[in-house]
Amino acid sequence: MEPVEYIPRIRENYARLGYKPYNWVVNADTPPWAPLTKPLSQCRLGLAASGGIYATGQVAFHYRDDSSLREIRTDLDTRDLRATHFAYDLTDARTDPNVVFPLDPLRRLVRERFLGSLASRFHTFMGGIYSARRVTEELAPALAARFREDAVDAVLLVPV
Amino acid sequence: MGLVARHVEAAGFPTLCMSSALDITRAVNPPRTAFLDFPLGHTAGKPNQPELQRQILADALSSFETMTAPGSARTLPYRWSEDEEWKGKAFAEGDDRLPRHDTPQYQDEEDRRRVEGGETPSCPVCRP
Repeated sequence: MEPVEYIPRIRENYARLGYKPYNWVVNADTPPWAPLTKPLSQCRLGLAASGGIYATGQVAFHYRDDSSLREIRTDLDTRDLRATHFAYDLTDARTDPNVVFPLDPLRRLVRERFLGSLASRFHTFMGGIYSARRVTEELAPALAARFREDAVDAVLLVPV
Repeated sequence: MGLVARHVEAAGFPTLCMSSALDITRAVNPPRTAFLDFPLGHTAGKPNQPELQRQILADALSSFETMTAPGSARTLPYRWSEDEEWKGKAFAEGDDRLPRHDTPQYQDEEDRRRVEGGETPSCPVCRP
């Protein structure tokens, strides 16, 4: 069976609710390209995830245009992770945050020497940011700066 | 997240986008995409299935070594269920998103108390 087509379904929902149509970002050009310069088994991996993950003790995300970042130490116990988001069913993410923030499987892949190492911190935010400008002018540059500080060799991005 | 991918890649870092919404990801056209055909909220696997999660991540990450062309996308070989009934329901029953509160929405009250009570001196993760 073909993948779900979300764009027409969301467009119909918005029309039914009387919202103005969402402007999907469409890029027809060739995306940028940075080749991997060493085998994965020698790479330090960075990660950003948009499922609204925070660690207990941190301020949670709010649901009105929140584009702030949290940093999650990669030695954190998974039981200290929380999930909050206005736009998806949180049931499974609250049962096991690895479904949107795959910290345990990545730690395991490092132990197995499939991956070299993880950055000391990963980065989280809450997706559903309606302004593409805020993403390109604020959020993405902030993440790039953090990945530079973290000296990562490759970056995994996990949206919801 | 595709916009973030393009920006971070242009800054010199190889990126891989996982995705559960192929049409949205394709429209933004990030450098590398690993598509997992699961319901939204499960971009990296099913809950409490560590073997499956490990396999999905290993498969996805191997794309860093196998993809050679900008804009590559591959579908990971996993199915959510034998029947694909969930696909009919996804986003088809109207808008069930939560109200857009502008105050922190904690998973549980204990989290709120820990932050608002300032009771976090020994916690290593509690940077604001």
